[in-house]
Amino acid sequence: MKYVDEFRDGELAQRLAHEIEAVVEPGREVKIMEVCGGHTHAIYKHGVEHLVPREVDFVHGPGCPVCVIPMGRVDDAIALAERSGVTFTTFGDMMRVPGGRGSLLEAKARGADVRMVYSPLDALELARRNPEREVVFFAIGFETTAPATALTLLRARAEGVRNFSAFCNHVTIGPPLRTILDSPGLKLDAFIAPGHVSTVIGTRPYEFIVDEYGKPVVVTAFEPLDILQAVVMLLRQLREERCEVENQYTRVVRRDGNPRALAALEETMELRETFEWRGLGWIDHSALKLRPELADWDAEERFELPGDRVEDPKACQCGEVLIGAIKPWECRVFGTACTPERPIGTCMVSSEGACAAFYNYGRLARPHDTVPA
Amino acid sequence: MRSRRPKLRDEVVTLAHGSGGKATRALVEGLFLEELRNPLLEPLGDSALLELNGSRLAFTTDSYVVKPLVFPGGDIGELAVNGTVNDLAVAGARPVALSAGFVVEEGLEIELLRRVAASMARAAEAAGVAVATGDTKVVERGKADGLYVNTAGIGLVPPGVDLDASRVRAGDRVLVSGTLGDHGMAVMIARGELALEVELESDTAPVHQLAASLLELGEAVRWLRDPTRGGLATALNELAQEAGLAVALDESALPLRPAVVGACEILGIDPLYVANEGKLVAVIASDAADEALARLRGFALGAEAALVGEIRPEPEGLVLLDTAFGGSRIVDMLVGDPLPRIC
Repeated sequence: MKYVDEFRDGELAQRLAHEIEAVVEPGREVKIMEVCGGHTHAIYKHGVEHLVPREVDFVHGPGCPVCVIPMGRVDDAIALAERSGVTFTTFGDMMRVPGGRGSLLEAKARGADVRMVYSPLDALELARRNPEREVVFFAIGFETTAPATALTLLRARAEGVRNFSAFCNHVTIGPPLRTILDSPGLKLDAFIAPGHVSTVIGTRPYEFIVDEYGKPVVVTAFEPLDILQAVVMLLRQLREERCEVENQYTRVVRRDGNPRALAALEETMELRETFEWRGLGWIDHSALKLRPELADWDAEERFELPGDRVEDPKACQCGEVLIGAIKPWECRVFGTACTPERPIGTCMVSSEGACAAFYNYGRLARPHDTVPA
Repeated sequence: MRSRRPKLRDEVVTLAHGSGGKATRALVEGLFLEELRNPLLEPLGDSALLELNGSRLAFTTDSYVVKPLVFPGGDIGELAVNGTVNDLAVAGARPVALSAGFVVEEGLEIELLRRVAASMARAAEAAGVAVATGDTKVVERGKADGLYVNTAGIGLVPPGVDLDASRVRAGDRVLVSGTLGDHGMAVMIARGELALEVELESDTAPVHQLAASLLELGEAVRWLRDPTRGGLATALNELAQEAGLAVALDESALPLRPAVVGACEILGIDPLYVANEGKLVAVIASDAADEALARLRGFALGAEAALVGEIRPEPEGLVLLDTAFGGSRIVDMLVGDPLPRIC
């Protein structure tokens, strides 16, 4: 398929694999965090780990929007969905995420009107077609999806669609990276920074990683060849003792991002004082809420929510997986109590979650690894 | 020989239980098999095999709740006949007769029902079976989505036919009779919820002639399946678990229409899990694999047949994919279906 196959070419992959072999320092392990779940998914789906030498270790970061939503927010979503008169719309990935009181899929089976949508505009269209229903959109995601929510809200306001609102759980990518970089015992050497987020925010927001923490960064696209190329670029930086934010995804990412998308975000949303991240705890200024001017379209303003905090299950080590402290299979419940069909932690739910990606696709040792079955 | 029986721990039925994946298996094995256990049901094949007066009969049933009722390439009636014919065919049986049960919602246009019945008749004639008995129920408006159809079928299994996962050996080859995922994506796109404009038709068709032709190869034919709900990945996972062997697929050999690949790419769906309604997957002894491929390709329906993989001794119970990119990965059982009500 055009524009896809070119980035999955096996011969080019072999060429890059040789380049990595040539630039890697034998015996010196390099831990590279791929921040975004999209990268984690691509690494496992295409078997990228099988193409890099043992010295290169991918650590799966916090960039899975489904994985970072705390259980209390899922319970709030279920409470909204169970209100009479409410049609609750969500991306499919969120349906199976367990809160303290089960999942949206279970709420739907009990009678709640929960619909899967592919875009917030689909939710707005549902609201237009069903004026007697209150249509709530479960807005999740990083700066990648937030502009779509923003533009939908602006359209709802412009058209005066009053029975539409967003339950905003959008988060930002910078603050959790700082949390990870500040965590004790951190062993990361370099970062593969997200591609799609960066189409919106540009490459500037990663400059602190270079300036303050001295770790090289490459903003990277999502095809497997892109990821291999990013590994080459990062290894070169380390080898040449450079430390920069480089842009591998030049085909769409600009240093200053997408001004129109940023303007839409600015117009509709502002930073929350603080927000709880699954596994990472409370992080200041790490999430977005709707501006007071949009209170009429803000589900948190329009409906009363339980707002109860739910502790992460004790057995769950999602937090340690999310900062790269342990590998998915090192979690004490991985593959036993916690599986994709019965997830305990969110990393096991979305196909972009480190644990689910590893469970679904991985579980095959690299020739030189020992991975328990 | 299945390793672990899945336990059913849910309190209510969710859509995941209808996906054909792990949750469906938990429901079937943890509830229905527990309650109804008997030697005929126990193998949980596409058809039950029973002996009557010295003849071997294959007996199967399937319900159809596809939405929309009419989709590019077919409708619910054609699907209901072909689906049951195919369940018989991959059991090694020659389809003989079908039953048809209709649950009709009040308000359904008679003209639509006539169209469905007419296409059932055409499909039955093409497959050489009779719709020999039937039943009709009408429910109040809002209690069924227009029309649900159930078909059951019986077929005769010729002497000597022995298809079973236990006959599969390491080194055997895996064949598919054509492109994968056409039905599931065609129906999904026909619903119009995705705002994708793709020309794609369901592959609904009877595969009994393909199966019969392969069966002429005798013992070299180990195992057949029609990879419907849950797609090729689900069918092969069931094989791997039952046989206690590994199935290794070669990604670059998989026959896929560009439109299916494109739509799946956009939706984040793996075509290996998308339903087919006119395909069969066969495990054939390696020395007969080329002959089997040639036979399949001799039919218009099998023109795009391909050798897509092989059976390996391990890792036991798993399906692997050697990626075109040069890596490899697991192809696991599906947990929940991203595409509900496609058949």
